[in-house]
Amino acid sequence: MAKLIKNREIVEDNWKVLTLAANDTPETVKLPFGNVLVPLAVWQARKEDLIHREWDQGHALGVWLGPKDNPADLAADLDDLSVIGVEFPLANDGRGYSIATLLRTRYGYRGELRALGAVGRDHIHYLHRVGFDAFAIREPELAIVGLDDFSEAYQAAANQLLPLFRRRAAVA
Amino acid sequence: MYRYNDIDRRIVRERVAQFRDQTRRHLAGELSADEFRPLRLQNGLYVEKHNPMLRIAIPYGQLSSKQLRALARVTRTYDRGTGHFSTRHNLQLNWVRVDQVPDILAELAKVDMHAIQTSGACIRNITTDPLAGVSPREVADPRPWAEILRQWSTLHPEFAWLPRKFKVAISGGPDDAAGVRVHDLGLQLVRNAVGELGFRVFVGGGLGRTPILGKLLKDFLPWRHLLTYAEAILRVYNLHGRRDNLYKARIKILVQALGVEAFGRQVEEEWAHLQGGPSTLTEQEAARVATHFEAPDYEVLPKLDAGFEFARRHDAEFAAWTLRNVHEHKMPGYAAVTLSLKAPAQAPGDATAAQMEAVADLADRFGFAEIRTSQAQNLILPDVKKRDLFNLWQLARNAGLATPNIGLLSDVIACPGGDLCSLANARSLPLAAAIQDRFADRERLADIGELRLNISGCVNACGHHHVGHIGVLGIDKAGEERYQITLGGAFGLEASIGGVIGPSFAAAEVPAVIERLVENYRMCRRPHERFIDTLHRVGPESFRAAAYETNTESTESTEIEREVANG
Ligand code: SF4
Repeated sequence: MAKLIKNREIVEDNWKVLTLAANDTPETVKLPFGNVLVPLAVWQARKEDLIHREWDQGHALGVWLGPKDNPADLAADLDDLSVIGVEFPLANDGRGYSIATLLRTRYGYRGELRALGAVGRDHIHYLHRVGFDAFAIREPELAIVGLDDFSEAYQAAANQLLPLFRRRAAVA
Repeated sequence: MYRYNDIDRRIVRERVAQFRDQTRRHLAGELSADEFRPLRLQNGLYVEKHNPMLRIAIPYGQLSSKQLRALARVTRTYDRGTGHFSTRHNLQLNWVRVDQVPDILAELAKVDMHAIQTSGACIRNITTDPLAGVSPREVADPRPWAEILRQWSTLHPEFAWLPRKFKVAISGGPDDAAGVRVHDLGLQLVRNAVGELGFRVFVGGGLGRTPILGKLLKDFLPWRHLLTYAEAILRVYNLHGRRDNLYKARIKILVQALGVEAFGRQVEEEWAHLQGGPSTLTEQEAARVATHFEAPDYEVLPKLDAGFEFARRHDAEFAAWTLRNVHEHKMPGYAAVTLSLKAPAQAPGDATAAQMEAVADLADRFGFAEIRTSQAQNLILPDVKKRDLFNLWQLARNAGLATPNIGLLSDVIACPGGDLCSLANARSLPLAAAIQDRFADRERLADIGELRLNISGCVNACGHHHVGHIGVLGIDKAGEERYQITLGGAFGLEASIGGVIGPSFAAAEVPAVIERLVENYRMCRRPHERFIDTLHRVGPESFRAAAYETNTESTESTEIEREVANG
């Protein structure tokens, strides 16, 4: 089973990420067995269904957002979700960093926020700072050390809401 | 100058360690060239035509003599002994080795310098007026704000992977030597009706392939809101800027596509959530940073210095130098001095390690150990007593740093071009040399007066040719190096984008074309009228005719005639 970094530990990843193939539709795509992260479109098409599935079968439910998805579309549903995933199709597509920032600082999401996709050791520090606490990324065993590349930061970000200039007295 | 504290130092050291590990993994084959590329770019490392190039940041153009000596040391140890000061407060070393770059960065870290975010799709080095803090006209000193922005943008986790690079310039106003309207984000310090300090905000300016002047986004942004407002702009850009086409990914394209009003509305909407939040600047922070830029211990001096006036009257060469290279200072008895990096046969902006050391010595002896870099690729000593100018001039002359040509035609601004840059269509350095050579005569140069000539080796416009009074752009026409001429560009407050005059020229023709443009100006000008003002008054037609005069036989000029005939 694939591994995951979660809260600074390497754990088994017992989630499946549902993606829509070209001939799938959000309304009809077959859900896999077990914990599942579904695309935003599937969630929007089948909210009730998915919530019942969670209750009836005990499988946890999450939604993942692509770089074009608007996190505001999930703002009202945050309590229904155990995990929100944000997908990085390419390492240099930085939209996911803003999506994470908005989920944490604007919409108040407190649950697991999971980075998915083409990011790794060299991105994980910034990902962590904008609010990700779980990372389904390549080579998690190697990537985990990247969390601590820097011990201090100037700006406010989701994992430190005060900029350095408001903390100077405390850190000096 | 800003003095690093322990945290600033720790962040830079941790960056060096991070990049050392990335370089190691790359050289060990664990990180592919494609994976390494964006990482090295965010540390200023390009892989160029002949060799890797390292771009070192000189944040908002400020250097101490100690830092300049360190740059000289690095240039001598790790390069071939010459560095290139760019148009955006950077020093470029063209002959570094990839495996040694972490060592270079470690050396730089010892003097609180780095190459963080000097390239890549992130927030780049902040630029400002080279005479910040000493200009008698400025509304306020832009440097504290530039430092606040430097800290805010350094390793910003949300904005490291933007659609494209993002350049910020800030000017102390009312003049603008920073080019706020040719930057992605331009900030001009202003006071409102009740005397409060704030910024006039321009967005979406830039040169490159699609040159465009920045649009006014906000007439007055109180200083406290600088960071939250910038965050709102960057977030809108990060989420909505185009990522499908490299050439359409700059913020200017987004602003153009939406219109500045609609773009502004999105920014305001985003800002509404951030305004007043924790990133709102405090009096305390503004004051803390400002203390780093307090004036040095100026002597109380009379406005006029008898010795200086005497020397100026009796030494024509010195007088010529003071006319061009010495600038007004806010303190009586002081002046700012430009040390020209545009001697004949010197590539514009280049300085040898020995010259860097000479400048550091001059700064120690005459100028509170401080140096600035200018957008025109020269070095500046901001605080020199008039009493010392004659001495300084003699020493600078010995080091080849006293060419009296600041703002004149031979003060050519040029990118490294085809000799060094892998993106180039054509070379810029031999052309700069040929033009400098043709206009070497000092009296003639002085007679021509203020004329800004910029050369870029390709559409990326690192030589800022669009804002040259005369701009030269290298293009590739069926494998031949050709040059397109633009006229009427201008930098700063009067910023405008030059217009192409017609078909391109071969390299050998360009100096003569420029000469004809200049002669046409001399014929048309009124007393004391600058080239650019004559051009604006009489229009480009006579200049165009002058430029193509000798080409009446060529097919290209029939093309023009045909176009006109068909038009
Ligand atoms: S303008 Fe073109 S040739 Fe000149 S330095 Fe920039 S990219 Fe290279």
